[in-house]
Amino acid sequence: MSNTLSMSALKAALAVTLLGASFFSLPASAQDQPTHADDLMARGDTPESIKGYEIAARSDRSDAGFGDSKVEASMVLRNAAGQTSERSLSFSTLEKENETVGDKSLVIFNSPRDVEGTALLSHAKILDPDDQWLFLPALKRVKRISSANKSGPFVGSEFAFEDFTLTELNKFTYAYVGEEDVDGMMMDVVDRFPRYEKSGYTKQISWIDQDIYQARKIEFYDRRGGLLKTLTLSDYREYDGIWRAHKLAMVNHKTNKETDLIYSEFQFKTGLDEGDFVKGVLQRIR
Amino acid sequence: MRQGLNIVAALTCAALAASGGASAGEWEFDGEIAGEVRYFPQSAQFPDQFEHWQPSLILQTDLRWKSDDDKHQIVIIPFGRLDAQDDSRSHVDLREGYYRYVSDSDWTLLIGAAKVFWGTVESRHLVDIINQTDGVEDIDEEDKLGQPMVKLSLLKDWGQLDLFVLPGFRTRTFPGPDGRLRFALPIDTENPIFERNARRGAVDYAVRYSNFFGNWDVGVSAFHGTSREPRFVIAPTGGELLPVYDRITQGSLDVQYTAGAWLWKGEAIVRGGQGKTFFAGVAGFEYTIYQIFEKSWDLGLLAEYLYDDRDDGFVTETFGLTSEAPFTAFQNDVFAGGRLAFNDTQDTSMLAGVSVDADDSSLSMFIEAERRLGQNWTAELESRLFFNVDPVNLANSFRDDDFLTFRLTRYF
Repeated sequence: MSNTLSMSALKAALAVTLLGASFFSLPASAQDQPTHADDLMARGDTPESIKGYEIAARSDRSDAGFGDSKVEASMVLRNAAGQTSERSLSFSTLEKENETVGDKSLVIFNSPRDVEGTALLSHAKILDPDDQWLFLPALKRVKRISSANKSGPFVGSEFAFEDFTLTELNKFTYAYVGEEDVDGMMMDVVDRFPRYEKSGYTKQISWIDQDIYQARKIEFYDRRGGLLKTLTLSDYREYDGIWRAHKLAMVNHKTNKETDLIYSEFQFKTGLDEGDFVKGVLQRIR
Repeated sequence: MRQGLNIVAALTCAALAASGGASAGEWEFDGEIAGEVRYFPQSAQFPDQFEHWQPSLILQTDLRWKSDDDKHQIVIIPFGRLDAQDDSRSHVDLREGYYRYVSDSDWTLLIGAAKVFWGTVESRHLVDIINQTDGVEDIDEEDKLGQPMVKLSLLKDWGQLDLFVLPGFRTRTFPGPDGRLRFALPIDTENPIFERNARRGAVDYAVRYSNFFGNWDVGVSAFHGTSREPRFVIAPTGGELLPVYDRITQGSLDVQYTAGAWLWKGEAIVRGGQGKTFFAGVAGFEYTIYQIFEKSWDLGLLAEYLYDDRDDGFVTETFGLTSEAPFTAFQNDVFAGGRLAFNDTQDTSMLAGVSVDADDSSLSMFIEAERRLGQNWTAELESRLFFNVDPVNLANSFRDDDFLTFRLTRYF
């Protein structure tokens, strides 16, 4: 009983892990001159790649200094027939120390009830696999799990694991495409190409607005080069200069399934520190 | 259970006192109720055992309180099963009932009944010694009784150190005379014997250090106290077995190395106090193939080798015929299995495995499947089959106890 349970709980938890990280946290206050050490491999050496990198970096770096955050989220999964199922989750995130590592995050499942209390701790990396531990409340078991499954979906959702670390700047190389007017808003259009192994994508196209420098839409192209999914980010709200989208809608064009990820109000600088993201904290969640 | 009630009463008073103050905290109540049917297709091997169908009802509730600053927590989780065939399987237990204080993140103190899991491998839980096995639930030794404890945990940058004082030893539960999955003689759990410096009411102690170093996760533990595994002696009446509990000292190590889709796992123990000091170990791997058949399914392949050099042959001791160490079925065994996760909205998953005794070729197989129905229900199917069981293998008592279990759980 517990073994199968642990597996489904694992999947469910993985579902979420990434959400916790700095994903949908594209940035505001732009700084044109890179004050951080650029990763030259990610930056590239053509005018298009450098311009694409700089637009992405402006986005990513405007998020710097958020410190830590807590937020509740609900995920609504909808199949082609329109049937829905829902999950609710809590995220805690600790900002990365620098651009050579990723954020640390803790995700706790609140529903469905059979996976309540399942938790996932992630120490994100840039090109190496993340360190991840899963807590299974029925057994009180903490399990180190593989994070090699980048392109897998989770629990029927249309988000893949890798979709949640989309804004880690150095995970991609870039190519600037041009400007586009979308519904009266001027956008920079930037192609990006995963640098990490085992990605399910050959390319993503991102639309980043020129006003607050946030990603508004991302298209995902599969290994055969076909359009697989579209992510729409909306309901941006500002918290002391940090912008967060509160609705992320992913549509899969191959299956016609959709997943909405809806965040409540974010809390920042809640006093979380490194000690709240060590493996041992998993045992005191439930 | 009286001990359990005392714990609940104390915790409730503490919670009411705390919540009566300025910091009201937050209460949360939920639970699960399940109906289960086990079917044994073969006729019983021993007299008194029931035939074929075993329905039962399970109820577990979960009451929690947390102070506003998250530093004080109270958890009360009683469990009960009502079984139509086996009176010994009808039982209640306080699975968890404790107060926990969480300091500013580097130490935690827990007082009360709780569950603790140690270990990495799947086929046997060797190093997991804090809680007694609730043996009436299943023979996989994964269901545990709540263990009274005082547990101090230090979470430092050099790793985690847990110190345990364990009063209130729990004796193991076993199916009754009417039950299936028992030995040829039923076990009289009311009359345990304590031997070799063990005594009723003795306090046990344990310490564990755990940490991770890159891709290595490591745990080192020591335990001194009453063995959770009993030996057996034939009762003077001749018709029953009495469990015999010894005082033991055990050291253990559990490791996991995580490399991409490979998880390499190992557990080992050295135990003194039951005849000659013995060693037991399990080592193996879990390898996952993601998105097989270009679907969102993941297939995990598991293989483990089990070794145990304890001396569990029969000897004559003060109280009669017994063995130096508790019986084990895992002296020299191989386990192989597969785990299939469909990654669908309902979290459908399956686990199947086979264990083979490398000495006598006795074989047992199991399959477990699970699926969520709607938001608040789950359905589970479990089966275990015994093949080619050698007459001297421990599993010989179970050779006619192949079974299929269906369980439907409603969460509220």
